Amino acid sequence: MSRLLEVNDLKVSFRTYGGEIQAVRGVSFYIDEGETLAIVGESGCGKSVTAQAVMGMVPVPHGKVKNGQILFGDRDITKLSKKKLQQIRGSEIGMIFQDPMTSLNPTMKIGTQIREGILKHQKLSKNEAKEKALELLRLVGISDVEKRYSQYPHEFSGGMRQRVVIAIALACDPKLIIADEPTTALDVTIQAQILDLLKDIQKKRNSSIILITHDLGVVAEVADRVAVMYAGVVVESGTVDEIFENPKHPYTLGLLKSVPNLDSPDKERLIPIDGSPPDLFAPPTGCPFAARCPFAMEVCVMHMPDKETFSDHHYAKCWLNDNRAIKVEEMITAGSEQLV
Amino acid sequence: MYIVKRLFTMIVTLWIIATLTFMMMHFIPGDPFASDAKMLPEEILENMRAKYNLDKPLAEQYFLYLKDLAQLDLGPSIQSKTRDVNTLIAEGFGPSALLGIQSLLMAIILGIGLGVVAALNHNRVLDYLSMFIAIIGISIPSFILAPLLIKYFGVEWGIFPVASWGTWQHTIMPSFALALGPLAIIARFVRTSMLEVYNQNYIKTAEAKGLSTFSVVVNHGIRNALIPVISFIGPLFAAVITGTFVIEKIFAIPGIGKYFVDSIFNRDYPVILGTTIFYSTILIITLFIIDLAYRFVDPRIKITSRGE
Ligand SMILES: Nc1ncnc2c1ncn2[C@@H]1O[C@H](COP(=O)(O)OP(=O)(O)O)[C@@H](O)[C@H]1O
Ligand code: SF4
Ligand SMILES: [Mg+2]
Repeated sequence: MSRLLEVNDLKVSFRTYGGEIQAVRGVSFYIDEGETLAIVGESGCGKSVTAQAVMGMVPVPHGKVKNGQILFGDRDITKLSKKKLQQIRGSEIGMIFQDPMTSLNPTMKIGTQIREGILKHQKLSKNEAKEKALELLRLVGISDVEKRYSQYPHEFSGGMRQRVVIAIALACDPKLIIADEPTTALDVTIQAQILDLLKDIQKKRNSSIILITHDLGVVAEVADRVAVMYAGVVVESGTVDEIFENPKHPYTLGLLKSVPNLDSPDKERLIPIDGSPPDLFAPPTGCPFAARCPFAMEVCVMHMPDKETFSDHHYAKCWLNDNRAIKVEEMITAGSEQLV
Repeated sequence: MYIVKRLFTMIVTLWIIATLTFMMMHFIPGDPFASDAKMLPEEILENMRAKYNLDKPLAEQYFLYLKDLAQLDLGPSIQSKTRDVNTLIAEGFGPSALLGIQSLLMAIILGIGLGVVAALNHNRVLDYLSMFIAIIGISIPSFILAPLLIKYFGVEWGIFPVASWGTWQHTIMPSFALALGPLAIIARFVRTSMLEVYNQNYIKTAEAKGLSTFSVVVNHGIRNALIPVISFIGPLFAAVITGTFVIEKIFAIPGIGKYFVDSIFNRDYPVILGTTIFYSTILIITLFIIDLAYRFVDPRIKITSRGE
C-alpha cells in the first residue's frame, strides 16, 4: 500500500470578533491507498476544519492555514494556487458533506449537478457526461435513473439525496473521498444503507476514504484505522482493533464507554464524558483533556504530553503512557496492594 | 385552473379599484368646471354638466361608467376637447413605457451587480463602498435627485439635455432619477440574499466539485440569491410606475403620468379614473407575470389550483 495523503503538524485559525480561534492545533495523520481512516471526536474539535484544509477550502479571508503540510502525491495542498486546487477538487479528491438536505442546489436538476463536475474535469461531450451521470446514479443505488436525472432535490428523500451527493463526490473517480459526517443527519436504518454503500464503492473502486464522525459505532463498522481528535489535536491513533481493544488515552476510553454496546441485547446506557472541551480562543498549554480527565496529574496541566508509540500505527498523547508514569498506571490497575 | 382563478381575481381587483377611485374622486371638493364657474353663465355650465352626465345621481354615473369600461371605453376627457381618454393613454404610453422599463432595467441590472459585488467582498472595501452608494440611493427621493441632476449634468456640465423628450440622451437623466431608489433597495436585498446563499452547503458542494469561481458564483450563487428578489420586483414596479408621475412632470415628458397629474388638478374625472385603471391593470398583470416567473425559476413551487 502506498501513501496517498500525509498531513503534518497542520494548524488552522480563524480570526473572529472575539479573537483568534485555534480550530486545528497541530494535526498529523496519513492515509494509504484503498484504506479507510476514521477521524472521530466530539463536535467542535476541528474535524470539519481539517477536512476543509485538505480540500484547500478553508474560508478566506478570516480562516488561515498557519502551519504544516498537506502532502497529496508530490504536491503540498497548502501551497497550491486556486487554479491548481480547482483541478484537484472533484477530480482527485471528492467530498461528501453532512447535511444532504442542504448540500444540493435546490434550483438545479440533480442530473446537471452531477454532470457539472464531469464536464469540468473530463473531455466529454454533454451526452457522454450524461451517460456517465446515469451510470453513477445506478452505482449509488437509485432506480429509474432516466426520470430521476431530470428531477430536483426536493423530489428526493434525505437518504436518496445523500446517495446523489455521493454520486457527485464519485463523479470523476477520485482517489480520495472525504465524507464529513455522511450519516449523522439520517435515520438509523438509512445510515446503515449509506455506510454499506460507501463500503461497497470502496471495494469496487479501491478508493481511500477519510470518514469523519463522532460516532464510534460507525467507526467499528467501516474503518481500518482511527484518529481520535480532541480540541484541535489528534490525541490517539491506531488500527480499529488497537483503539477498541487497547485504548491508551483516557479520552478514547471515555468515548468508548459512551457508545451503546452493540452486542448486548438491552442497549447499555450511555456514559457521556462530563464537562466540555476547552476554549479554543485560549487553549490550555498542557493536556487539553486535563479539565475533564479522571486521571489528571499536575504535569498534565503544565505540559503538553509527548507522543508515545505502541506499534507501527498506534500512538497516544497522554502522560499516563510516559515511562515515569507507568508506576502510577500500575498502581491504579493493581489497586491497593502496592500502596501499602 | 390556477390561471383561471387568478384571472378572475384580477378582474375583481380592478373593479374594486375603479369603484374606490370613483368614490374618492367625488369626495374631493370642486368639480371640473370650478375654474370656469365665474366666467360662464349658469345655463352653459348646466349644459356642460349634462354632457358629461355630471347632473345625474352618483349611482347612475357610476353604472354608466362601468358600462363603458366593460367595453374598454374610458370615456371623453373634459379638459381636452379633441381627444378622449383612450387616445390620451395611447399617445402617452410610448414615453411612459420607455421611461418605466428603462429605469426598471437600470435598477435591476445595476442593483444586482452592486449587491453581488458587495456580497463577494463581504466586509471589505468594495462592500462598504457599494452599501454607501445604496444608502445614498435609498435616502434621496427621486423628486430631489431629479432637480440636482438637471442642475449639474444638464445646466452646469451640459452632459445631458435639461428636459423634454426626443433622443435617447433625453431619457438618461429621468431614468436614472427614477431608478436610483429601487436600484439601492435591490442592491441591499441582493447582498443579504447572496450572503445567505453563500452560507448554504450547496455552495461548498459546488466548490468541492472543482468548479471555477465564476461558475459557482453565477450558477449556484446568483441564481438562488435572485429568487427572493423576483418577488420583490412587483412592489418595485409599483414604485417605479408611481414615480413616473412626478418625474414626467419635472422633466416635461409627454407621458401618461403628466396627464394624470394635470387631470387631478383639473378634476378631469374620466382622465383620473382612466389613467388609474390603466396603471392598475398594468401593475396587476405584471404581478401575475412575476408570480408565474417565480414558479418557473423555483422548481419547489408548483402551479396548482390549491395555491402553495
Ligand atoms: N468559518 C469559521 N469561522 C470561525 N470559526 C470556525 C469556522 N469554522 C469552524 N470554526 C470553529 O472551529 C472549531 C472547529 O470546528 P469544526 O471543525 O467544524 O468542528 P467539528 O469537529 O465539529 O467538525 C469550532 O470551535 C468552530 O467554532
Ligand atoms: S495527559 Fe493527563 S490529563 Fe491528559 S489525558 Fe493523560 S492523564 Fe488525562
Ligand atoms: Mg463538523
